[in-house]
Amino acid sequence: MTNEEVRQEIINFEIEAGDFSSGGEASSKLKSILRKLGIPSQLIRKTAITTYELEINIIIHTFGGRISAEVSPKEIKVIASDQGPGIEDVDKAFQPGYSTANEKAREMGFGAGMGLCNIKRYSDNLEVRTKIGEGTTIEAYIYLDQSGDNIE
Amino acid sequence: MKLKEIKGILKAEVILDGPDELEILSGCGADLMSDVLAFSKENTVLLTGLTNPQVVRTAEMIDLSLIIFVRGKRPPKETIKLAKESNLPLLTTDKPLYQACGILYTAGLNPEKLSKF
Repeated sequence: MTNEEVRQEIINFEIEAGDFSSGGEASSKLKSILRKLGIPSQLIRKTAITTYELEINIIIHTFGGRISAEVSPKEIKVIASDQGPGIEDVDKAFQPGYSTANEKAREMGFGAGMGLCNIKRYSDNLEVRTKIGEGTTIEAYIYLDQSGDNIE
Repeated sequence: MKLKEIKGILKAEVILDGPDELEILSGCGADLMSDVLAFSKENTVLLTGLTNPQVVRTAEMIDLSLIIFVRGKRPPKETIKLAKESNLPLLTTDKPLYQACGILYTAGLNPEKLSKF
């Protein structure tokens, strides 16, 4: 793949479980870098929302993980990986309104069962790999060669 | 609708001020941050009962222009600090969410048009 040579990592953040106060730092940083790179604002918004939901998911649901993002001339790729516990029923997790979030997350305004739906909606391609006891890796792609026409 | 006008009709108190002439084109009321993230237009005001810093983070992700806290709620220091860094004006009004949204809607502020899932 020719694009591999020009693929560049632009953020790489460690995300701690339960650390709501830092939630959004990775997305915020990514957003400002994309702006400097001159990426169209509609695509930045799609990427920011996707990354933010992924970040919050790591905080709420996992034992901790990482968020990184790479940019190539073709796409922005956001990678969220965690150290478990893994998603028991992936289809269910993508159902709007389904959530296993705790009270703390709900108090913060999250855990309404819309996170993965938003991620699916705002990204152009999504790959989910999960294994109980090992963890989950989600790769979300936002293509640069389109106008982001799935957002109003 | 201009920020100045919004302050007036909601009898809102300023927590962090913005330009009087700031133009707000649409509004949304929500206490669920994932619902807020479903909004995608710029120049939008968010009315909410949540005051934690994640409200500001959420606003930042979708370039919201203004946050109004309802029922006289005042945000903690961390929220104000983050809003300051993001250049995001904050207001608070004594009115409950339903009423505050109703007042702005009646005054001609459009709801955000949502795309379907």
